Amino acid sequence: MNYSHLWIALAYLVLGPLLGGLLSGIDRKVTARMQGRMGPPLLQPFYDLRKLFSRRIDPVNALQYPLVASHLAFAVLTGFFIFLGGDLLLIIFMLTLSGVFLVLAAYSTGSPYGKIGADRELIVMMAYEPMVILTLVGLFRVTKSYDFWGIAGSGVPLALLLPGLLVGFAFTLIMKLRKSPFDLSTSHHAHQELVKGLTADMGGPMLGLVELAHWYESVYLYGLVFLFFSFNPLAAFLGPTVVYFLIILIDNSTARVKWEAALTAGWAIALVAGVGNLIPFYLRGLP
Amino acid sequence: MSTLEKSPWLIHYDASSCNGCDIEVLACLTPVYDAERFGCIVTGDPKQADILLVTGSVNNLNEPVLKNIYEQMPEPRAVVAIGACAYSGGVFADCYNVKGGIAKVIPVDVFVPGCAARPEAILDGVVRAAGLLAERRRAMGRGKRGTVTEGEAS
Repeated sequence: MNYSHLWIALAYLVLGPLLGGLLSGIDRKVTARMQGRMGPPLLQPFYDLRKLFSRRIDPVNALQYPLVASHLAFAVLTGFFIFLGGDLLLIIFMLTLSGVFLVLAAYSTGSPYGKIGADRELIVMMAYEPMVILTLVGLFRVTKSYDFWGIAGSGVPLALLLPGLLVGFAFTLIMKLRKSPFDLSTSHHAHQELVKGLTADMGGPMLGLVELAHWYESVYLYGLVFLFFSFNPLAAFLGPTVVYFLIILIDNSTARVKWEAALTAGWAIALVAGVGNLIPFYLRGLP
Repeated sequence: MSTLEKSPWLIHYDASSCNGCDIEVLACLTPVYDAERFGCIVTGDPKQADILLVTGSVNNLNEPVLKNIYEQMPEPRAVVAIGACAYSGGVFADCYNVKGGIAKVIPVDVFVPGCAARPEAILDGVVRAAGLLAERRRAMGRGKRGTVTEGEAS
């Protein structure tokens, strides 16, 4: 750890939500254009968040707030430690913990929609977790580093050496960011069978906290995508942008899958793209 | 523009009748009318909603459901009753089980005319209701923010 990394990590705490909110705004605008609509103003996510925090709604029970707050806290800490240069393999468990707190918050409401949403969220977590860990293992195999700055500074063209892991990781992003076809636990749109699923019975500031956590999450997740392209300044900008665009495109052109398909797809992609990509490195002893 | 006016989240409930207006509400979300332009998100959760869109004439069976949804919404809230049925019961007014209008069950702020109501008219109703929300927030005062009211729903 050095001090410049500390400054970046601190900057993430402050600028993370601004960048995340902007990403969300661009997402909604691009989504609208893809559907032939005008779409909301670019800053709409910020208007929404401001409104959510101006609302006052009694929580369903006393446990709900601490759980949702923990979800946010661990999402923020995950990103903070990633940008501080901590061990990614350990940090990834903090990411999982953050997800588990949201699931617990949904279970605590007692809402049947929340419960089914929470069940499905657990299944989706089960589906993407192997691929996330494989990605980190692969990054370590090639760069001999488990920390963000070590990997970013290695200069290895990771996107070219590990295309399978990149595809697999982009796949997990769709699941993690709850985008179609894997938006089975909750959705940003109401027209789904679960009403609001995971976030049912969370209104006002509580939903604001969930939204804020989502923004922090999307920043460090795209930060991890950046790692694959960090070998070249142009690629470092274009790579994550293209992945971001493709995820929105997939979100808009696919229908929601059942949980069985999500689980099969998550594990199949980990096995085929992830393990498949790593086999030559381990069998043939490639650098 | 105030906070609420810029991000009016909707919940919609179809309280019986022919479903025609209900389909027109959904049409507001399509590319042609695009309600998201005004920052509207249709949410399924009354606790996340600011404006309740109701269509239909309300009957004895769905009256408690409608009341329940309304009472779960935080203050300030607004209700838009859409279509002839929501105003008076429409052609179903004489049916044995029909209440005859949303206003007989919950307070209505904006009536949108039509049978079925046009999407343009519905959007106009939503925008007016959003303005009303902002006014109500101001009337409630800065320090006092709305809470979920404990309902007298049976």
